[in-house]
Amino acid sequence: MKKIKKIKIKINGKIKSITQDSNLSIVLKNLKIPLNKVAIELNEEIIDKKKINKIKLNKNDKIEIVHFIGGG
Amino acid sequence: MVNLKKDSLIIANKKFNSRLIVGTGKYKSMSECAKAIKLSGAEIVTVAVRRVNITDKNKPLLMDYIDPKKITYLPNTAGCFNSKEALRTLRLAREIGGWKLVKLEVLGDKKNLFPDMIETLKSTEVLAKEGFKVMVYCNDDPLMAKRLENSGADAIMPLAAPIGSGLGIQNKINIQIIREQTKLPLIIDAGLGQASDATIAMELGCDGVLVNTAIAKAKKPFEMALAFKNAVIAGRQSYKSGRIDKILMGNPSSPSKGII
Repeated sequence: MKKIKKIKIKINGKIKSITQDSNLSIVLKNLKIPLNKVAIELNEEIIDKKKINKIKLNKNDKIEIVHFIGGG
Repeated sequence: MVNLKKDSLIIANKKFNSRLIVGTGKYKSMSECAKAIKLSGAEIVTVAVRRVNITDKNKPLLMDYIDPKKITYLPNTAGCFNSKEALRTLRLAREIGGWKLVKLEVLGDKKNLFPDMIETLKSTEVLAKEGFKVMVYCNDDPLMAKRLENSGADAIMPLAAPIGSGLGIQNKINIQIIREQTKLPLIIDAGLGQASDATIAMELGCDGVLVNTAIAKAKKPFEMALAFKNAVIAGRQSYKSGRIDKILMGNPSSPSKGII
C-alpha cells in the first residue's frame, strides 16, 4: 500500500500537517472557512477565491485567512 | 425647519443620510455593538481586518451581527505602521467582498497614535491609482490635507485629538482652515469624548464625525450612541442656520422703547 505523505504548512501562523498534493479548497473546507466572508493569501499573494480548486499546496506554504472584526 | 432629509452626506458618489460614522471596536460583545450602531443611526461602520480564528470555528462573526447589505462596512487599516502593511490590509479587505470604499490609517507612534503622514500620502497615491475610494485619517495640518486631496483622497479625516483620548477638538482653527480649502467630505476622526464634541465639529462645518471609543466605552453605550446621533444633527442644523456675529458687549433682547 502506498504510504500517504504529509507536508507541513502554516495557516494563520499555526503549523498544520496536511496530505501532500492537497488542494487549497479541501484545506479550507476542512477548516469550515466561510468563503464569502474571508480573503485568502498564499505566500503573501492574494488568491482568487474562484480558483482555489486548482491550487495545490506545497511544503512550507504560508496561508493567511482574514475576515472583518470590530475595529475603530 | 431645516430639511435634513435632503442634506445628504455624499462620499465617493454614495449618498448617506446619517453624518455619524461609528467604529465597531471596544464593545463588550457583538450584540452590544450591533445595538449601539442601530441607536446611533449610523449607516457606515469601520471594521478591522484580522486573522480568522481557525481553532475556534464557532466564534461569532461580525457579519452575523451587522449586515453588510444594510450598513456600509468601511475597512480600516488600524494597527498598520507603514504603507506596505496598510496596502496589504486594504487589498485583502477588497477581496473579502469587493469593498472599494476604505479608510486609510497609517500610524507613526505607538504611544500617541498620530498618523505617519509620509506613509499615509504614499499609500493614498497607490490606492487611488488602484481604484480604491480612500477616506484618509490624517493630522489637522491644512498643507497635508491639501496634498492628500491632490493625491486622490475621497475624504479628509483629521483627528480631533489622539485616538481614544476623549480630549475633543484641540485645534479648531486648523479644522476651519481645512474646511475653507476643500470641497471633499471633511470628517473628524478620533479623539472625541462626549456628544458636544461632535456638535462642535459639525458647527465648524465638518461633513461628519467618526466615533468609536466615546460610545463603546461610555458607562451607558446605548444612551451615548443616541446622544451622539442627536449631537451631530444639532450641530449640522446649527451650522446650516448661520450663527450670529460675536460682539464684545451686551445687546438687550427686549426693546428699550416703552420702558416704564
